[in-house]
Amino acid sequence: MDERSSEIALIHKAQAQNLKKEQRRQSFWVALMWLFGLITVSILILVVGYVLLKGGSSINWEFLTTPPKGGLSGEGGISTTIGTTFYLVGLTLLIATPLGIGAAMFLIEYAGEQSLGSKFLRSMISVANFAVETLAGIPSIIFGLFGYALFVSTLKFGFSLLSAALAGACLVLPTIIRTTEEALLAVPDDYRRGSLALGATKWQTIYRVVLPASTPGIITGIILSVGRVISETAIFYVTLGGSYHMPTSIMDSGRTLALHLYYLAMDTRAFDKAMGTGAILVVMIILINLLIDFVSRKLTAGVRKVQ
Amino acid sequence: MSGRMIADKVVKYILFASAIISIIIVLAIGFFIFRESIDAWTEIGVSEMLFKTVWRPGIDQYGILAMIAGSLSVTFGAILLGVPLALGCAIFLAEIAPEGVQAVVRPAVQLLAGIPSVVYGLFGMVILVPLIRNINVPGNSGYGLLAASIVLAVMILPTIASIAEDAIRAVPENYRHGSLALGATKWQTITKVIIPAGKSGIIAAVILGVGRALGETMAMIMVIGNSAIMPRPLSSNPLTFFLSQARTLTGNIAVEINYATGIHESALFATGVVLFGLIIVVNASARRIIRSQKYVEKAN
Amino acid sequence: MKSTKKSILLVVSLLLVTALIAACSSTSTPGAPTTEPTAETSTVSVAGSTTVQPLAEKLAEAFMTENAGVRIDVQGGGSSVGVKAAAEGTSDIGMASREIKESELTESPNLKVFVIARDGIAIVTHPDTPVSDLTIEQVRDIFSGTITNWKDVGGEDQNIILVSREEGSGTRAAFEEMVMGEGVLIAASSILQPSNGSVRTTVATTPNSIGYLSFGYLDNTVKTISINGVAPTEPNAVNGTYPIVRPLNMLTNGEPTGAVKAFLDFILSEAGQKIVVDDGYISVK
Repeated sequence: MDERSSEIALIHKAQAQNLKKEQRRQSFWVALMWLFGLITVSILILVVGYVLLKGGSSINWEFLTTPPKGGLSGEGGISTTIGTTFYLVGLTLLIATPLGIGAAMFLIEYAGEQSLGSKFLRSMISVANFAVETLAGIPSIIFGLFGYALFVSTLKFGFSLLSAALAGACLVLPTIIRTTEEALLAVPDDYRRGSLALGATKWQTIYRVVLPASTPGIITGIILSVGRVISETAIFYVTLGGSYHMPTSIMDSGRTLALHLYYLAMDTRAFDKAMGTGAILVVMIILINLLIDFVSRKLTAGVRKVQ
Repeated sequence: MSGRMIADKVVKYILFASAIISIIIVLAIGFFIFRESIDAWTEIGVSEMLFKTVWRPGIDQYGILAMIAGSLSVTFGAILLGVPLALGCAIFLAEIAPEGVQAVVRPAVQLLAGIPSVVYGLFGMVILVPLIRNINVPGNSGYGLLAASIVLAVMILPTIASIAEDAIRAVPENYRHGSLALGATKWQTITKVIIPAGKSGIIAAVILGVGRALGETMAMIMVIGNSAIMPRPLSSNPLTFFLSQARTLTGNIAVEINYATGIHESALFATGVVLFGLIIVVNASARRIIRSQKYVEKAN
Repeated sequence: MKSTKKSILLVVSLLLVTALIAACSSTSTPGAPTTEPTAETSTVSVAGSTTVQPLAEKLAEAFMTENAGVRIDVQGGGSSVGVKAAAEGTSDIGMASREIKESELTESPNLKVFVIARDGIAIVTHPDTPVSDLTIEQVRDIFSGTITNWKDVGGEDQNIILVSREEGSGTRAAFEEMVMGEGVLIAASSILQPSNGSVRTTVATTPNSIGYLSFGYLDNTVKTISINGVAPTEPNAVNGTYPIVRPLNMLTNGEPTGAVKAFLDFILSEAGQKIVVDDGYISVK
C-alpha cells in the first residue's frame, strides 16, 4: 500500500513538474509572440518616424506651394506633383469606379438569378470571378508593361495621364469589385424581397434599396483605391512620362508625388526633399487609413441599427 | 410598366458588360505582353532565354536566368526573415494580445501595408545600405540581396500577417474550448490544435506573400544594385551570398524598358511573360489551397 | 444614408465635369507633330535621354519666360525612347545623348538631327579615393574587371566597386565606344543604375567605388579622375585634349516648324548656348 501511494505521489510530482515545464514553455513562447507584435509596431514607428522626422524639417508652406525647379539640384517644392497626384487619382477612379461597382452588382445581384438561364452567362460569371482574382494578384509592373504596350505605343496616347489612368484603373478594379461585393453581400436579403414584393423591378430594388444600404462599404473600396493610386510608382514610371509641370489636359505627361520621390532619391542628391515628399505621402496614407476606419465604423453602426 | 421592364433589361446587360471587363483586361494583358515578346522568343530562342545567365543586350545576349535567380533569392530571403515575424504577429493578434493591444498593433499592420514602396526603398537606401556596407567583406557595396530582403520582408509582413490572422480566427471556438478542457495549456492549444486547423489558410497567406514579393519593383531597384549577374557568395563564407548584388525580373523590366528598342524591348516583354507566368502559378496554388475560403482579396 | 449617396453622386459628377473639361482642352492642344503648331499657344513635348533632360529643362524654362504662350514638356525616358518618340511622333522633339544609329536612320529617314551641345564623360570616384589620375587603358581594365583592386593603380588595398549605367543608356554607349572599344565588355558584376543622377549618388555614398558621369552632373560630392593627366574640364574638352567627348542631340521628324522650330532656334542661339555652357556642357558654336 505504501509503495503504491508513493508511486502515485511520484506520478503527481512528475505531472506537476511536467505542467510547470509546459507553463514555462508557454510563458517563453507567449513572450516571444509579444516580442513579435512589438517588433511590428517598432518597424512602423521606425519607418514612419524616421521619414516624418527627417522630412518634417523640409516641409513648409513654400515647399508645398512652389513647383519643382527641375534639373539636377532637386530644388523647388512639390506643388505640381500634389496637383498631378489628385488629377490622376480622380481620372483613374472615374474610369474604375463605375466599372467596378457595375461588375460587383452583376456578380452579386444577378449571378444567382433563376432567369439568368443560359449556360453561357453562367460560365461567364465564373470566368469573371476567376479573372478578378487573377487581376488582384498581378504585379503592378505588369500593368505598367501592358499600359506601355497598349495605351502608350499601340493607341498612341503617349506618356500621358490618360495612359497612366487607364493602366492604373486595371490595378484598382479588383479592389473596388471585391469591396463592393462584400458591401452588397452584407445587405440583408429581406430588403430585396420587401422591395420586390412592393412591385419594384430588380434594378429599382438595387438602385433605391441595396445601393444606399451598401454605400459605406463601397466608399471604403474607393478610398482604398485612392491610397493605392497615391502609393503606386511602377505603373506610372513606365506610362506617365515624368514631366514635373502641372498637366492641363489628360494627354499631358506628369509626375505624381511617389514618382517625384523616386526621381529625387535616384537622380538628385536632395535626400531631404525626398524625405519631405515621403513624409507628405506617409501623412496622406495615415489620413486615408483613418478615413477608412471612420467609414467602416459607420458601416458597422449601420448594420447594428438594421439588426 | 413595360418601359420599366425594358430599362431593367438594359441595365442588366450594361452591368453584365462591366462584369466581363475584368475578363477582357486579363486577356488583353496576356495578349499584349505575349504579342510584344514573340520576336524575342522566336529570334533568340526559348531555351536560350530561359537557361542562359548572360544578359548583355549590347552584344545580343538575352539570358534571363540570372534575373529569375535574383527574384527567387530575394523572395527566399524575404520569406526567411518575414514569415516567422508575420506568423508570430498573426498568432499574437488572434490569440494572445488583449483588446487594447490589438487596437494598436492591427492598425500598425494595416498602415505598414499602405506605405508606398518608394518610401521603403528610400528608407533602405538611406539606412540599410550604409549599415550593410559596414560588413567587412571585399566587394560588398551595401547594395544587394540582404538590403533587398529586409525591405521586402517588411513589405510582405502585413500581407501574410493579416491573412494568417483571419485563418487563425476562422478556427471554430469549440476547438479551443475542447483543447483547454482536456487540460492543455494555452500555448499547447495554439500549436497543437489551432495552427494545424488553420494550416491551409496560413500556407495560403505565405504563398500570397511570395506572390507579392515576386512582384515588387521600385523598392528593389533602389536597394538591390541591379547587376545582371547570378547572385554568388562574395567570399568562401556561403552567407556572403546575401551581400551579392542581383537583379529581379521586375527590376529588369523597369530599369531598361525606357531605353530599349527592337529585340531588346521584346526581350523585356518576354521577361514580363516569365514574371506573369510565375505569379499565376503562385497565386493559383494559393487559391487551390484555400479554395472555399475567402482570404484572397485581403492580399491586396 | 441618403445623404452619403447624394454626396457620392456629387463627387462623381464633379469628376466627370473635370475630365470633360480636360478632354476638351486636350483637343485644342496638338500633341502630334503633323498638326501645325503656332508659336503663340502650343505645347512642345520633348522626351528622351536623361543626360539631356536637365539641360533641356533649363533651356525650356528660359524659353518659356520669353514666350509665354508656349509650354514645353520635358520628359525622360532614355536615348532610345528619344529616337523612337521623335520617329513615331509621340513627342515633337526627341533627345539622344549618343550618335544616331544607321539602323535608326534607315528605319525613319525623315529624322533631322540637331547637335545642341557637346558633353564630356568624366570618370568619377568616391571622394576618399586617393587615386586621381589614370590612363585610358587602366580605366578600360578597371571597368572590364581585369583590375579589381585599387592597389594595382596606385591606391589602397581595397576592392574596386564598379558603378555603371544600364544597357541602352546613351552615356553607357558613348563610354563603351570611346573607352572600352570593340569587344571589351563592362564587367557584369558592376552595380547598374538607371540614370546619371543615381550613378552620382551611388558613387558619392559608396567607398571605393568608381563610375562615369556626364560633365553636366559633376559636383563636389564625387571626385573626378584625370585621364592621361588631363582633367575632365570644359576647356580641356574644347581644345581636344580630354578624350571622352560626345554630342548631345535633339531630333525631329521632318523639318521643324512653329514652336518646335522656335525652341530649337533658341537653343542654338547665343542665349541658348550660354545656358549650355553655364550648365557645364560644351557649346557647339
